[in-house]
Amino acid sequence: MKLRVDYRASLRLVGTVLKYLAVPLCFPLVVALYYGESVLPFVVTMAVTVLVGTALERLADEPDIGAREGFLMVAVTWLAVTIVGAIPFLIEAHGIPFVASPLHPESTLGNPVNALFETMSGFTTTGATVLGDISFNSHTRGIMMWRQLTQWLGGMGIVVLAVAILPELSVGGAQLMDAEAPGPGIEKLTPRIAETARALWGAYLGLTVLEIVLLYGLHVTGNAPNMDVYNAIAHGLTTMPTGGFSPEARSIEAFSAAAQWVIVPFMVAAGTNFALFWHVLTGEPKRLFRDTEFKSYLGVIGVVSAILAGVLFLGDGLMSVAPAGETYDQLYLEGIRTAIIGNVEPAVRQSVFQVVSIVTTTGYASIDFNAWSAPAQYALLFAMFIGGSGGSTGGAVKIVRWYVIVKSLRRELFTTAHPEAVRPVRLAGRAVDERAIRGIYAFTLLYLVLFFVSTGLLHLDAARIGFDVSILETMSAVAATLGNVGPGFGVAGPMGSYLDFSNGSKLYMVVLMWVGRLEILPVLVIFTPEYWRR
Amino acid sequence: MHIRARGPTQGYDRGWSLVRVIIIGAGQVGSSIAADLDETHEVVVIDCDPERVDELNYSLDVLALHGDGTSVDTLEEAGVERADMVIASTDDDETNIVACATAKAISNAFTIARVKNTEYLRTWQRSEKAFGIDFMVCTNLLAAESIVRVVGLPAARDVDPFAGGQVQMAEFEVDEESPVANQTVSEADRFDSLTFAAILRDGEVTIPRGDSVIGPGDRVVVIGSPKSVQGFASSVSPDEPPGTAEEVVIVGGSEIGYHVARLLEERGFKPRLIEHDAERARELAEMLPGTIVMESDATDVDFLEREYIGDADLLVSALDSDEKNLLVSLLAARLGVERTVAVIDTTPYVDLFEAVGVDVGVSPREVVAEEITRFTREGGAENVALIESNKAEVLEIEVDADSVLAGKPIRESVASLPEGVVIGAITRRREFITPRGDTVIEPGDHVVVFVDSCVIDDVAPNL
Repeated sequence: MKLRVDYRASLRLVGTVLKYLAVPLCFPLVVALYYGESVLPFVVTMAVTVLVGTALERLADEPDIGAREGFLMVAVTWLAVTIVGAIPFLIEAHGIPFVASPLHPESTLGNPVNALFETMSGFTTTGATVLGDISFNSHTRGIMMWRQLTQWLGGMGIVVLAVAILPELSVGGAQLMDAEAPGPGIEKLTPRIAETARALWGAYLGLTVLEIVLLYGLHVTGNAPNMDVYNAIAHGLTTMPTGGFSPEARSIEAFSAAAQWVIVPFMVAAGTNFALFWHVLTGEPKRLFRDTEFKSYLGVIGVVSAILAGVLFLGDGLMSVAPAGETYDQLYLEGIRTAIIGNVEPAVRQSVFQVVSIVTTTGYASIDFNAWSAPAQYALLFAMFIGGSGGSTGGAVKIVRWYVIVKSLRRELFTTAHPEAVRPVRLAGRAVDERAIRGIYAFTLLYLVLFFVSTGLLHLDAARIGFDVSILETMSAVAATLGNVGPGFGVAGPMGSYLDFSNGSKLYMVVLMWVGRLEILPVLVIFTPEYWRR
Repeated sequence: MHIRARGPTQGYDRGWSLVRVIIIGAGQVGSSIAADLDETHEVVVIDCDPERVDELNYSLDVLALHGDGTSVDTLEEAGVERADMVIASTDDDETNIVACATAKAISNAFTIARVKNTEYLRTWQRSEKAFGIDFMVCTNLLAAESIVRVVGLPAARDVDPFAGGQVQMAEFEVDEESPVANQTVSEADRFDSLTFAAILRDGEVTIPRGDSVIGPGDRVVVIGSPKSVQGFASSVSPDEPPGTAEEVVIVGGSEIGYHVARLLEERGFKPRLIEHDAERARELAEMLPGTIVMESDATDVDFLEREYIGDADLLVSALDSDEKNLLVSLLAARLGVERTVAVIDTTPYVDLFEAVGVDVGVSPREVVAEEITRFTREGGAENVALIESNKAEVLEIEVDADSVLAGKPIRESVASLPEGVVIGAITRRREFITPRGDTVIEPGDHVVVFVDSCVIDDVAPNL
């Protein structure tokens, strides 16, 4: 049978991207050198990327990328960088036989499944972790920085970055970016796609640098004692991609209130359509506040935060007794109850921080929200499905899709009463194409189906190995990995880890993260026989 | 005759920043211009069909916008104030004229409008810059000119004049009966001032050497003086010596049909024109004193036999529908007409129709797209012909002192250029010079070069 997809062309481009992965690997290498740690994990990985990348590049001369090849290239690229990106973790835990002894044999990432999970969680900016001990006792600083950097690379998109800097991707680049970029369809900002990609990455880089400077500024002025240069960079690298990894075991709870407030606006920015920043920078700042999606996005964050702030302030949003076997104890619970109940600033801060973190799918936590009462947790579970804006670095369903769905449902109601009415669905004054609406429904339905089916499967698997999780915890774990949010509730909570799930469940969640980051269809399509057939 | 204006000079040589071109109308002409320019220019396309806009955004490296090209808002969204060139190529003449006028009112861009109606062209020619248009191309007239060039050179599929008519580029198809078939290039080249630029076989371009064999079914591109090209034409098909196509029948009194008849009259032919509409036939008869206008349906076989249309040397089918043109051409070929030329509106049909039995298909849209593309070329090439939809190009260049060609024998300068470049002809002070290995090109010479598309970007700036 002759295949209709020119997979060689796709793999060739994957090779190019893989080859260039050696460049960002220099950064953790420099960090390791600075702290006098072994550079072996990074040197070996760089060699592998260059070798495998160059080998794949030999598959085809001049890649001619169509829509089909584009899907394959993007899906495989994400899988390939994940596999290669896991190598440093494995070397840290195992060393290299007969050559080098392990740096940290106790690392949980010595299990290849865990290493894959952590790397996929990194590149897809999920932020779910399977690290046992998150500290520099079990991991080198270089390795922890690589973990942060995977999120930064994945945030704006590896393929978008490739389109920005590799001229051979300019033809067909729009296809590739469309398959990778979050949200329905991409917005070309300039005639040439490479320039659009560069504009997006420029805004992304600029905001990242600004955040690092501000966070370190707090440290220098004495407002954030433990936000040293390492932490400022580490968190700068995972805020703008809506990542959520932190080298601190207590996530952002480890930092001062001032640092938490500084991070909030950057999370909000990360969940905004980056095209809007481009308009602001090119002299049309008004477009930011005219944008329907941006207004809805701020509205949703505002309403959910206000409700949660209210219940936290009154104390209804917090547990009163810590149950046995939780990730927090009675002492911790009483501590946060005295800090929050009746105090405006902590109540507002904890509510806003958590809501923004979950809606944008960042996954930072400034509090162990397992200690929140069930209604407050359900509000967060609901928020996991909202997602950031289209064209942002956020995951999940995205505001723009919900907006179109709500508008088209209202149209259905209207046309039930007035069957003859012709009413286009409008988004920012422009009519939305009916085919696009159908696509949005298909995506959202698929997302929800995948959510329910996966919850069932994971719950069954947990029962099989006798792992005690509630259905809410399983649901949160699926929503958090499929939506690239990160932490769920219970064992998978913000201060917990996914370590205790079975290897099978973890591999399944690796797929969920992969599928969730690329918005399901571009990945699922390559598993259909029609895709490959002539 | 349309006026040959020079392209805008401010657009070229801007270093790193690309020439920004706005194309209004993404139909066949607009899309094909956009596809031609997207690699080397910043292209913005405006169209009123959202689906077509979507499609273009993905298929080409251009920014496609949905909107009305005559509205100031849309043009501003497209960045007209920074544009170097605005090309209006919708199917509607008035829209194109208004779009150009609007663009001119709010920017300094060089404006190009495509029109069908020759009336507008005449108005524009009387006072250049009328309507705020810097260059106007008339689809019907260009198509007619292209047809008439083919009439003058039997066996040729495409003929383009260069250097004010001193040099001709022609593409011939060599069929099995042709004496040239299976000859080597040096055997076939019996003409002093003729250069074999390329052989096209199965869509592949090869640069021939003296010992290359011309196979049946190949297409040969030659560049040389009109006389030598004509000479070669008669050696390709000795049965149809040039200039003997005395009996020309034009079917269809459309604008194109009318212009073909008029241009043939100017060249001393006495064509017959068949038009089925009584009023139009009368009108044509009044305008074309040297043409025999007949009022009849061209698919009426009785009529065709009665008038001995089968004895004609050449039949041009210029009806309004592609299907009818195909039908008429096939019918004519069956009756015994030696060569048939059909006007084909839908560009992708050209290959198909030619495969079925039409000898030459002329697509007005392609002709216009080619003409407009000439204007947007970088590096000051004065005249361009595209071969086999962009497989190669023939350029006319005025050599300046910086050119790699200047002051050196051709043998040396060609060695420094990549493969796929052939110097076809040189004119110096309007005198034809045959390029030989030891010919030294001087600044000021006009050179006609054949360049394979693969190397055009490397070569064009150095010439």
